[in-house]
Amino acid sequence: MVDKKDFPNPEAFKKQILEKYPTKVARKRAKAMVVVDEEGSAPIVQANVRTVPGIITQRGCSYAGCKGVVLGPTRDIINITHGPIGCGFYSWLTRRNQTKPDEGGENYMAYCFSTDMQEENIVFGGEKKLREAIQEAYDMFHPKAISVFATCPVGLIGDDIHAIAAQAKEKFGDCNVFAFSCEGYKGVSQSAGHHIANNQIFKHVVGNDDTVQEGKYKINLLGEYNIGGDAFEIERILDLCGISLISTFSGNSSIDHFANSHTADLNTVMCHRSINYMADMMETKFGIPWIKVNFIGAEATAKSLRKIAAYFEDKKLIDRVEEVIKAELPAVEEVISTIKPKTEGKVAMLFVGGSRAHHYQELFTEIGMETVSAGYEFGHRDDYEGREVLPSIKLDADTRNIEELKVDKDPERYNPRKTPEQLEKLSKQKGLDFAGYHGMSKEMKKGSMVIDDISQWETEKWIEYYKPAVFCAGIKEKYAVQKMGVPLKQLHSYDYGGPYAGFKGAINFYKDIERITTTRVWSLISPPWDYSNGIKADLVSNG
Amino acid sequence: MLLRHTLPEVKERKALTINPAKTCQPIGAMYAALGIHGCLPHSHGSQGCCAYHRSALTRHYKEPVMAATSSFTEGSSVFGGQSNLIQAINNIFTIYEPDIIAVHTTCLSETIGDDVDQIVAKAKDDGKIPEGKYVIHASTPSYQGSHVTGYANMLKGIVKGFAQKSDIPREQLNIIPAWVEPADMREIKRIANMLGVKFVMFPDTSDVLDAPQTGKHVMYPEGGTTIAELESCGDSSYTLALGEWCTQAAAQDLDRKCKVGYDMLDVPIGIKATDRFIMSLSRHGKVEVPALITAERGRVVDIVTDMEQYLHGKTVALWGDPDTLIPLVEFLVDLEMKPKYIVSGTPGKKFKQKLEELLKDAVPDAKIANGPQADMYLMHQWIKNEKVDLLIGNTYGKYIARDEDIPFLRMGFPILDRIGHSYFPTVGYTGAMRILEKILGLFMDRQDRDAPEESFELVM
Ligand code: SF4
Ligand code: SF4
Repeated sequence: MVDKKDFPNPEAFKKQILEKYPTKVARKRAKAMVVVDEEGSAPIVQANVRTVPGIITQRGCSYAGCKGVVLGPTRDIINITHGPIGCGFYSWLTRRNQTKPDEGGENYMAYCFSTDMQEENIVFGGEKKLREAIQEAYDMFHPKAISVFATCPVGLIGDDIHAIAAQAKEKFGDCNVFAFSCEGYKGVSQSAGHHIANNQIFKHVVGNDDTVQEGKYKINLLGEYNIGGDAFEIERILDLCGISLISTFSGNSSIDHFANSHTADLNTVMCHRSINYMADMMETKFGIPWIKVNFIGAEATAKSLRKIAAYFEDKKLIDRVEEVIKAELPAVEEVISTIKPKTEGKVAMLFVGGSRAHHYQELFTEIGMETVSAGYEFGHRDDYEGREVLPSIKLDADTRNIEELKVDKDPERYNPRKTPEQLEKLSKQKGLDFAGYHGMSKEMKKGSMVIDDISQWETEKWIEYYKPAVFCAGIKEKYAVQKMGVPLKQLHSYDYGGPYAGFKGAINFYKDIERITTTRVWSLISPPWDYSNGIKADLVSNG
Repeated sequence: MLLRHTLPEVKERKALTINPAKTCQPIGAMYAALGIHGCLPHSHGSQGCCAYHRSALTRHYKEPVMAATSSFTEGSSVFGGQSNLIQAINNIFTIYEPDIIAVHTTCLSETIGDDVDQIVAKAKDDGKIPEGKYVIHASTPSYQGSHVTGYANMLKGIVKGFAQKSDIPREQLNIIPAWVEPADMREIKRIANMLGVKFVMFPDTSDVLDAPQTGKHVMYPEGGTTIAELESCGDSSYTLALGEWCTQAAAQDLDRKCKVGYDMLDVPIGIKATDRFIMSLSRHGKVEVPALITAERGRVVDIVTDMEQYLHGKTVALWGDPDTLIPLVEFLVDLEMKPKYIVSGTPGKKFKQKLEELLKDAVPDAKIANGPQADMYLMHQWIKNEKVDLLIGNTYGKYIARDEDIPFLRMGFPILDRIGHSYFPTVGYTGAMRILEKILGLFMDRQDRDAPEESFELVM
């Protein structure tokens, strides 16, 4: 078992880390590293603020959050990056969003579309080129939708991408065209891009198709991007339970599903950070309540299924869900029983994303490992401390620059799925916490270290301190950490494995963690002659 | 079909690039800067570019790629990035303690018009650059050229920042390699050492991006050209510049600045380009070519004489960077293969000229395109119209290879799904052997896979 004696005083070590920084930087970073001083409580952490220039951050940009994360997994929209070539190139197929179109269906995910702006487009404006590019895409492929993503220079030169999109849409008649002002300098991380993506999809797509799908228990899954097939596993489980998935934002998705998503009766939110805006807006406009779920971890999956069943208040569904859980869990438990003896008591650190650093703690707990330190790359305070703190978060200039859509009840289609009394009852009796999320920190043990936007320097130092059995982060961190002799599990790309969601995913994860923490290669790092063998031995024995 | 929407009918596109055969300047600048010992690349712009460039290089090398960013926000894009850069310089020297910071710009800072030289001068005045430490700079707007241009621009920055001429000439050559792999840089050094030539090579990413697992992470690995070496290159007797797109500008600058003449050579890929490199080394280094090199060469030719039947007449589609494509095409022609389609997103008129010259007898109807809209989509369209026997290019080719069922040799940047490229060279005679082994393996595996049972061969 992890013994707190091993990590007696993280505060003192934190001081040591900060000593290296110039004073102003130290002051700022001090607020982003906080100790959980009481179980079940969340310390105030500085989050969603500008990264200090030069600090070597994990973070990316708003474009990456918008085009890469939220819209990346959409297969039947032609996503055109408006900008010089790089931004589009780097977001081309690098996020492992899997998708499975119907036989013969549209799928543009293997393509990278860009206006590849040249100097003259920067000097004289890129509108003409963008207009032509949209036209060319339309003429060649006749897609049902085209979207445009602005990169940094575009905002600066003032191309009116929204007007161009609107004109194109009008002209084509049979193709939805819309644009995202997700220039990389907006906000302080990918997070701004998520919000921008939510806004535009909500404005231009959600509610476009009122067809009512068959199915009794209709939900949307928000904030699940089908990395490594996670969404497939979740779909499998929901299917077994008889729950109909109207849409997923946006793993294995089609724009048609988005358009129809307002016909679902419940929104379930996986990644709170990237998609809570959508859940809120759909509730306001269409009256669909939302709950936070988590399909990472077998227990968490079971719990989430039970919540969904409880919401529909139908015994048939409640029983069915229990049957499914009962059928799925033995396989999970069997694997845990063989793996846990080898992983129990080991220590993990998680620094990734905006929800994964929270969700994955479940999986580690299931195999007896403790997360001693964790933090997000682009989370906000509510992702750490819970939505309770939302009213007390002061918006800074960087956040105020991101549009907050004003949403009203839809005059015809607003249809509250439950009465306030019903919601109240469900929340009291079944513990359904509508529009609630309690954040990561409260679930961490006393003495754990919460760190937002960890820097390379801090990463190396905290590894020295905790000597974890596994460190979870992304590709940029991977090999530096491994060079320190510590296995790094990528939790953006899963190191090209997965799925890790649901019951089968949990099994995959346990096995992968067992493998990387016990593989023999770590014992091969030092050559034998490091231990006075060969000639050294001779020298020693001679004198 | 993964690329199910690719249409066989080729229509001219004016604005839309699909599946680019290039990427943007800063990543080249970052790569070049990593070939300097003790240097931390710095991206002056929003942090997304830096994250993307580091990720792309990391996926290709499976090694740590450290770089910092000015982390522009909306405010910096309105008011300019001066304070961000000065702050970054101060933080980097304090926290990460490099000897050199190599700043490159991004589209954003270029569009804003930040004057990096002036900002660096101000940082110096403000005392943010410690004694004995350096900040060098390259302007790398991605709306010009490609990643190759960025590499070239950083080499210019290196020459500008370090090359000096003293009164004492040195009996040494400069070798400036184009964007090739660490293994290639190592091989170029090995060849020069075999000839007994004294030289300075920059950049040099060997022992940086192929660093050993030691159980310790160091920000600045063993490898990379040192400051002392860089400073001495102005006193060298001559420069061998390998690859026009990547290295000519730097070689020219060095000539202008320190009067060091240069030989503009191809990257030594294949027999003839390696021959020319060795001849140049021998001539300008005033050394004989040792018998061991002659033997290496002989082994390559021997393989070709033995296996020529499997290569003859095979058609190839290639995409990548001019400096490596041109000698590779020359080599393929020497193997009696037929490079049929060649695409590069990197602009430059000479690309077509040079290739047409190389192919005028062997493949007069070859299709060649470069610059904007010369992309992998176009190449795939050509393939749909008339198939080829082999694809050579970066990892993105695997989608075409699978859809069209064509053998595929990974060469170029990025290679995201195999290892080897950073450890085994493709330059020099050894590299030629490796290319041959790979191509032959692909064709023979294919023959084994497709042969009817009655004509399945044991000996080939
Ligand atoms: S904006 Fe950044 S990533 Fe995009 S092309 Fe320019 S430098 Fe490259
Ligand atoms: S230019 Fe801007 S949008 Fe493109 S990668 Fe860089 S920060 Fe992101």
